[in-house]
Amino acid sequence: MKLDREEVKHIALLARLGLTEADVEKFREQLSNILENFEILKQVDTSGVPPTSHPVALRNVLRDDEVRPSFSPKEILANAPREEDGCFRVRAVLE
Amino acid sequence: MEYETIIGLEVHAQLLTKSKMFCGCSADYASAPPNTHVCPICLGMPGVLPTINKKAIEYAVMTALALNCTIPEHTRFDRKNYPYPDLMKGYQISQYNNPLSRNGWLTIEVNGKSRRIGITRVHQEEDVAKLFHRTDPSGESYSLVDVNRSGVPLMEIVSEPDMRSPEEAREYLMKLHSILQYLGVCTGNMEEGSFRCDANVSIRPAGSTEFMPKVEVKNMNSFKAVYRALAYEVERQRKVAEEGGKLVQETRGWVEEKGATVSQRSKEYAHDYRYFPEPDLPPLELSRKFVDEIRSRLPELPDARRDRFISQYSLSRYDANLLTVSRAMADYFETCLKPLPQGAEAEKRAKTVANWLLGEFSRLLNATNIEIKDAKITPQHLVEMLELIDNGTLSTTMAKTVFEEMFRGGKSASQVVKEKGLAQISTANELESVLGQVIAANSQAVADFKQGKEQALKFLVGQVMKATRGQANPQMVNELLRRRLAHSQ
Repeated sequence: MKLDREEVKHIALLARLGLTEADVEKFREQLSNILENFEILKQVDTSGVPPTSHPVALRNVLRDDEVRPSFSPKEILANAPREEDGCFRVRAVLE
Repeated sequence: MEYETIIGLEVHAQLLTKSKMFCGCSADYASAPPNTHVCPICLGMPGVLPTINKKAIEYAVMTALALNCTIPEHTRFDRKNYPYPDLMKGYQISQYNNPLSRNGWLTIEVNGKSRRIGITRVHQEEDVAKLFHRTDPSGESYSLVDVNRSGVPLMEIVSEPDMRSPEEAREYLMKLHSILQYLGVCTGNMEEGSFRCDANVSIRPAGSTEFMPKVEVKNMNSFKAVYRALAYEVERQRKVAEEGGKLVQETRGWVEEKGATVSQRSKEYAHDYRYFPEPDLPPLELSRKFVDEIRSRLPELPDARRDRFISQYSLSRYDANLLTVSRAMADYFETCLKPLPQGAEAEKRAKTVANWLLGEFSRLLNATNIEIKDAKITPQHLVEMLELIDNGTLSTTMAKTVFEEMFRGGKSASQVVKEKGLAQISTANELESVLGQVIAANSQAVADFKQGKEQALKFLVGQVMKATRGQANPQMVNELLRRRLAHSQ
């Protein structure tokens, strides 16, 4: 399956990646390769095999509803590019 | 042309757990300073491992059962990917293909008619961070992010597009709200956002089965707002259609001050959520034993309680409905009736208590914006007051004053009566002089009564009540007047 340039740009937008025109071509080839390999894998007959979403057969890993201490706001905001009034400050987002 | 309205509702309800959905941070964020209930799991830092809160699953299963849903044996979480600063991870943990429940229903009543509204699914997810929009002195706008709310357990309840009017949508929402409160799984506070509602609205020519573009309506923060927004939106669509315009699929926000829905253009591009199974959370197997155990703990729900009130206390359907909307009100009512008087007295007492609760009590709760659980007047206070009415100490008119005083001050009825000198004048001696004055001042009415006009006596009783500022026992006044007027003949 070959991806076209528009599809690559759409994927880049979803991933919030800025690509140059040269990047688009490079990733178009690489991503197409990956998809082609999946096409090969798809030839295996899996009709009797339930879909696997998790490699380990764990089930029902739950915790009791108990409060544990949170981190301090100082630690939480340590990686914030900017902060204000105890909050992360980010570029404007409007609904 | 006649149009049919089609409404489906999507409700998000925060669950009343102590901790968050996938970590041990406190879920009680309402009055917490920003970013004090946050950990690396909330932030989606690399290498963290979320773990499912058992209580949240129990609450969601309980809700699904109360809404007559089917609970499959297998359920799992998925990642819903979208870039927005209220999502620290860049995705929300939600459920897509294998939700925790499907295919339920609840019953609503509109204009005396019952209707079943289908529930598509109830699933579990997590709430997102809170954003505050600001502008700095240079005019640049920016947003502040408080992550406390992020990760609070959020239950999504999606209805079928079964509602045919804004009234039905409001009833559905109120019934759902009522059920969640009975279950004790959500505070149900719409203004604070613990119970939120979005609507899908469309119209189509009556009798047609075609689909017209649907509009998603958001930003409705009260039952009233939901009703007004839907009524507005239905009317708007009708007008566009009638004027030959083209309806478009879009998201519109309800703007309370304008009383209108406004297009939110930024959301027009189709979402591409790229759901996939959440690798950090192993799937859940909901054993029948687990589900049955939760089923056995379901409380009596509003519809069942209403029906019991009708049969047990002989209440009207109308009164029983109103009393059982809120569990707190229904509990209050039943506490007032313990112990229940015997025989015919029981029915009478139930009706009297219902009248006080639906009348004065509800009026004062609304006027003061107080919730039942915070009310100062206790069921014991009300019962004592009713006994004072029964034994003639209080007239019904005086009781209203006493009730309000009890409501405001939390004192007992007898205390209020004593302090305000409100006891009813029930001894003949105390009334004699007033009677004399009233008879002397109303000779025309006296003459009318003597000629057989019963109305005149009522007038005279009224005059005595007025002169005593309502403190006389009307029945006694009536008897004393008859006796006096008969004597003077």
